Amino acid sequence: MKIDLQLDAKGLSCPMPIVRTKKAMDQLESGQVLEVTVTDKGALADIPAWANASGNKIVKQQENGDEYVFILQKA
Amino acid sequence: MEKWTAQKVANYVIHKKQLFILDVRNQDAFADWKIDGENFEYMNIPYFDLLDGVEKLVPQLPKDKEILVVCAKEGSSVMVTEMLDEAGVKAGYLEGGMKAWSSYLEPLKVADLEKGGELYQFVRLGKGCLSYMVISEGEAAVIDAVRFADVFENFAKEKNAVIRYVFDTHLHADHISGGRLLAEKTGATYYLPPKDAEEVVFDYVPLEDATTVKIGQAKIDIQAIYSPGHTIGSTSFIIDEKYFLTGDILFIDSIGRPDLAGLAEDWVGDLRATLYNHYRQLSTDLYVLPAHFMIIEELNEDGTVGKRFGDLLAENHGLNIEDEEEFRKTVTDHLPPQPNAYTQIRHVNMGRLTPSADEQTEMEIGPNRCAVR
Repeated sequence: MKIDLQLDAKGLSCPMPIVRTKKAMDQLESGQVLEVTVTDKGALADIPAWANASGNKIVKQQENGDEYVFILQKA
Repeated sequence: MEKWTAQKVANYVIHKKQLFILDVRNQDAFADWKIDGENFEYMNIPYFDLLDGVEKLVPQLPKDKEILVVCAKEGSSVMVTEMLDEAGVKAGYLEGGMKAWSSYLEPLKVADLEKGGELYQFVRLGKGCLSYMVISEGEAAVIDAVRFADVFENFAKEKNAVIRYVFDTHLHADHISGGRLLAEKTGATYYLPPKDAEEVVFDYVPLEDATTVKIGQAKIDIQAIYSPGHTIGSTSFIIDEKYFLTGDILFIDSIGRPDLAGLAEDWVGDLRATLYNHYRQLSTDLYVLPAHFMIIEELNEDGTVGKRFGDLLAENHGLNIEDEEEFRKTVTDHLPPQPNAYTQIRHVNMGRLTPSADEQTEMEIGPNRCAVR
């Protein structure tokens, strides 16, 4: 899948991963794809909850050691 | 923008003050676990729904109540409180968030002992755990210490007492015991029921039925009573012939669940025998002090958790199911969800896992779930 924008939110703690994710998403057009990498465990539950509430879609989610990668598609 | 400590919130809970809690965690986290207060009002709006502003929220907030913004660790609540502040709404945030709330212990005196000495209960409001310290003439014993060993150490120091004995009523599954660490730090003897300790990898002294220790120039007895049911090794204590520490076997408004270390079907018979036979040979004037509370209504006026045994015999539903088959069914059919990470927590308490402080916090997230009603 083509990634339109990448966001490195590693090392940031709540609420910054979501704040940055939202800002990045605001720059995208509907259907475009954002890849976010986080290390904050709180974001693990909050990114899906935020995506659900905002209507954006989680295409993929994976864990690489201490890093968590989310691929999100804008609604 | 005011920073509230967990201690201040505890004061509001214990004194049943009014407070409006704006919980900005996600909905699942809020549904699972929150700060309980009898006169608290709640609103749950995840912080990420407020990123575009608080204009829609402001009219929904009370004007005549103090407002406290709460999140998991603090960060999001600071952000939301700042936004409210800019919108002209005065609110505070909880320092350290739910993480700090889960860790906070409120020490409360339960009684002055007749022969000289004091009994304290440490109420962990955020998690429903109750620990105990008996102090007499410069000596202390601690029962069911939670993992913040320094709190007990410092409290004993303040009271000019040396901790001689540390007991766990059973191998805990819902929270990490501080017993072993506290014993290591103070040189106290650590007692564990051997039937719960078969897999532990450290040294302990077996806590057997009728084990008695004395503190304060032998004036205060702490007597162990083998009382299986929540776990196979569960042991209760009678302190100074009056205070009945029931561990996770008998609570104020519920009884212990028998499934966290094995199968409910295997241990429900033990639980029945303990509650309906063994305990009933004891005096109804004993004062029951459990290792947990489940709901905030179980707190007495002064914030302590305890009740006369005779009153529990009359009022606690779990002690009033005559038919054995019905008891069995009630206990095994109504088991609540199992506590977060309970298998891991048991392994930590056996010394088989040594997680970091952050990992320990993570494991203990969520409410207590040791009871069945």
